Amino acid sequence: MMKQLDKNDVIFGINGPVVTVKNSRSFSMMEMVYVGEKQLVGEVIRLSGNETTIQVYEETTGLKPGDVVVGTGAPMNVTLGPGIMDNIFDGIERPLAAIEEKSGSVFISRGVSVPSLDENKKWDVHITVKKGDKLNGGDIYATLPETRIIEHRCLVPPAVSGEVVKTVKDGKYTINDAVVVLRDKNGKEHPLTLCQKWPIKTPRPVKQKMPADIPLITGQRVIDTLLPISKGGTAAIPGGFGAGKTMTQHQLAKWCDADIIVYIGCGERGNEMSQVLQEFKELVDPKSGRPMTDRTVLIANTSNMPVAAREASIYTGITLAEYYRDMGYHCAIMADSTSRWAEALREISGRLEEMPAEEGFPAYLPSRLSDFYERAGRVKTLGGSDGSVTVIGAVSPQGADFSEPVTQNTKRFTRCFWALDKALAYARHYPAINWMTSYSEYFTDLDPWFERELGREFIEYRSKLSAILQEENSLMEIVKLIGSDVLPDDQKLIIETARVIRVGFLQQNAFHKEDTFVPLEKQKLMMKTIIHLYEVSKGLIQRGIPLSRIISLGLFDKLTKMKYDIPNSRLDMFSDYEKEIDDALNSTLTAEFN
Amino acid sequence: MVLDYIGVKEINGSLIVLDGVKGAFNEEIVDIRLENGTMRRGRIVQMDGERIVVQVFESTKSISLVNTKTRLTGRPMEIPLSKEIIGRILGGSGKPIDGLGDIYPEKMGNINGTPLNPVSRVYPKNYINTGISTIDTLITLIRGQKLPIFSGSGMKHNELAVQIVRQAKIADDDGKGFCVVFAAMGVKNDVADYFKRSFEEFGVMNRVVMLLNLANDPIIERILTPKCALTVAEYLAFEHDMQVLVIMTDMTSYAEALREFSSSKGEIPGRKGFPGYLYSDLASLYERAGMVKGSKGSVTQIPILTMPNDDITHPVPDLTGYITEGQIVLSRSLQGQGIYPPVDVLPSLSRLMKDGIGEGYTRAEHQDLANQLFSSYAKVIDARSLASVIGAEELSPIDKKYLEFGDAFEKRFVNQGFTENRTIEQSLDLGWELLGILPKSELDRVDDAILDKFYKPVR
Repeated sequence: MMKQLDKNDVIFGINGPVVTVKNSRSFSMMEMVYVGEKQLVGEVIRLSGNETTIQVYEETTGLKPGDVVVGTGAPMNVTLGPGIMDNIFDGIERPLAAIEEKSGSVFISRGVSVPSLDENKKWDVHITVKKGDKLNGGDIYATLPETRIIEHRCLVPPAVSGEVVKTVKDGKYTINDAVVVLRDKNGKEHPLTLCQKWPIKTPRPVKQKMPADIPLITGQRVIDTLLPISKGGTAAIPGGFGAGKTMTQHQLAKWCDADIIVYIGCGERGNEMSQVLQEFKELVDPKSGRPMTDRTVLIANTSNMPVAAREASIYTGITLAEYYRDMGYHCAIMADSTSRWAEALREISGRLEEMPAEEGFPAYLPSRLSDFYERAGRVKTLGGSDGSVTVIGAVSPQGADFSEPVTQNTKRFTRCFWALDKALAYARHYPAINWMTSYSEYFTDLDPWFERELGREFIEYRSKLSAILQEENSLMEIVKLIGSDVLPDDQKLIIETARVIRVGFLQQNAFHKEDTFVPLEKQKLMMKTIIHLYEVSKGLIQRGIPLSRIISLGLFDKLTKMKYDIPNSRLDMFSDYEKEIDDALNSTLTAEFN
Repeated sequence: MVLDYIGVKEINGSLIVLDGVKGAFNEEIVDIRLENGTMRRGRIVQMDGERIVVQVFESTKSISLVNTKTRLTGRPMEIPLSKEIIGRILGGSGKPIDGLGDIYPEKMGNINGTPLNPVSRVYPKNYINTGISTIDTLITLIRGQKLPIFSGSGMKHNELAVQIVRQAKIADDDGKGFCVVFAAMGVKNDVADYFKRSFEEFGVMNRVVMLLNLANDPIIERILTPKCALTVAEYLAFEHDMQVLVIMTDMTSYAEALREFSSSKGEIPGRKGFPGYLYSDLASLYERAGMVKGSKGSVTQIPILTMPNDDITHPVPDLTGYITEGQIVLSRSLQGQGIYPPVDVLPSLSRLMKDGIGEGYTRAEHQDLANQLFSSYAKVIDARSLASVIGAEELSPIDKKYLEFGDAFEKRFVNQGFTENRTIEQSLDLGWELLGILPKSELDRVDDAILDKFYKPVR
């Protein structure tokens, strides 16, 4: 709703995306405003006695002093309702496909005004409440199939409660039709439509936060076994360019077992977004057999789109995820990349001539980052269901230097740190997550779940695997100086086994149909087989059999390829592998002593 | 009514400040007439009420506080566009400098462009055969991609760019729809001349648009050069369905011009004094590559940048790498060994390659071969560093094989003549032949079925 027009509210100054208004009393902090003839969207970011500062979310070319600024009376908000799934928005929730249609151009022209969600589409609504029911904020009053796999549950806005006084019959309605009317205790009536508004910078309320004790299963071996993340957890993926941040995020978005994926392309490449669009359409969700897009929403604010909207895109994304979380879904956000978002903050801060802290970033960078990551979590929703928002943010450190402010501050507020390594990427070892410098803090939270679902052995294998990698790491220091030939056989065995783990286990081929997603059970059996070979070989070496004899059997090479050779549906083949190892090594032993 | 504003209030570097200006809009172009009759042009970059800050394109030399008359043009920065522009030589701000007269415009194009709607993009998939083994096999160039060359002073990036232009089969069938937009920013006259001569030599000059801002031309004009070039490119590609290859050299000079301009505006500097918005600014250029729905044309960019002190973490190559879809990195040590093109394959990358190669494009096993070559060559580097400590004689037999493979890879695969045009078949076969130096068990990136078909050990 527009406020009364005040003719004094006109532009005074313009500097890039920042516009100032002199001597106005009509605005409030964070209020959304329309600027100029074309009604460009902006937000009030600073107020002082005689000056109001507004950041504009679109190009400011053509604006002039004297142009009118109109307030909306509400903070920057998004529309939440059916039609979000399988859609692609810009940073302030404008649907890009609808913009294309309306403007008839492949370029984004300014000031195109289209509603965020389709207002004409009729949804098949089922009303779940009846007259006389008492509803509170977060309760479900209607459901409808949003896509084939996502049931949209309409929720009473958090601040509203009361008694149902009127409902409509089940049937087809648009998002702006009132389907239920509530009367609160003051006798005021609240018509509830299929959608609601929510300010993007305010977290949606929950009943309580829950412990992070269920893993988010990604099917990526290095993550699931060595660096697991929980549902509702937070992770950072830092890496220089070309290290595979985007690739890793694509893999997670495709395969992780969240119900809803919110993919935020924040200041990234346009071609990448069109790739995501295309690939997700072609990709079939293994659980439902429907295209991936049915459970995905994309927020695309590419690097050449206005910088202020880039700042907003992160908040828009997390607000959408929170909305679906409140319906009782597990959501995962891929934010690629949070560094671009931090740079947007820096750019706007520079225009405001604020005092810079480290590397020109504003001093409030850490608090903004923590505000964002703290919106993640597994929760009991107001309506009493179980939902979660997992946040996985890519970080693009300048010069691949992890000591820069964005990486360092992100590290403080996330609990998983998946550091991508340039050297691994150069050798085309993907995912290039460095197992020595990365960490996960979720082990203690998640181990009971792993023990329950996969047995105690899973945890044992995992520790043995890490121990071998750790030992290899220290041995490599020596090897780098004097070569591996001088090492004794038992240490050479560590190096050989670590090679199998690196190439055959940690390295995963996203383009191979068996290897792109690997179920936990297979991950466990792969570890088991590798550890088995290691332990049996170790026994043989202790009995004096040279390692070269054991290697010549070809077992190590065979295990590096088992990820391809054993299909995900034929886990019984692992016992054949184990038998083959035992037979081959036994016969070696017999041959040696005869 | 047209008003002339007499005199200026303040002059600072390339910026002038005027007061009492009414009715101007942000980014508007102004004409500045000096008393002696010379004309300058400028652009409004900041406004506070009636006080405006104007960036003067040419320079503020001999402007005083009283000797100018400034007039608002009522237009943003635009350049005339027409198909006739092909074959012309323009200055850095888009004005013809070849003495053939003005361009009769079919339309005017705003040089800032507008961002492409991500929904309207077509994901690039057609590969461009450049005839250079390293690029075709390992860093495949895709139509609509932006793939920069990271080089250093004195390295052979210009030769490489010229070779790509000459050999690239970028056009559909008979090559009618192919053209090159060449933007020179702060390069030496010799370099611009080298490109011009080369284009003439292979008879493509009538398909080239050149925009020249040489090392001694004003820096403000340099900031406009790539924007003008890309406006021309977008026009030719998306309105005339042409396959446009844009070569921009040298992006480092561009970024330095931006830094100079930013510091004269008194902005808060970021890393190495570059403005905080360098990323957004570079992105606004690089993102103007691609293909769109409803047009057969494409804009492919090959920006060239010289890394100061060969430092890949310098802000310009660093930010460029975050925006572009890969990079071709040149190595001084390879060049020192007489290897041309001196492409350092390990840090080089093409992000779009995976979807443009393989069955139906090049050959089914292309990706596997590329992975294996990268992986094996990475091991060569390890073996070499070990050899430099303990001596090559002490290496294990496998490591010695790697050294042999590495030398052969550099001398035969990376190295090729300036005029040598290898087909994709030749390049891939050569790759397999070299892998034959290594024992089969070392080839862990390739499925056995493919190995059986292609792997032939060298005796």
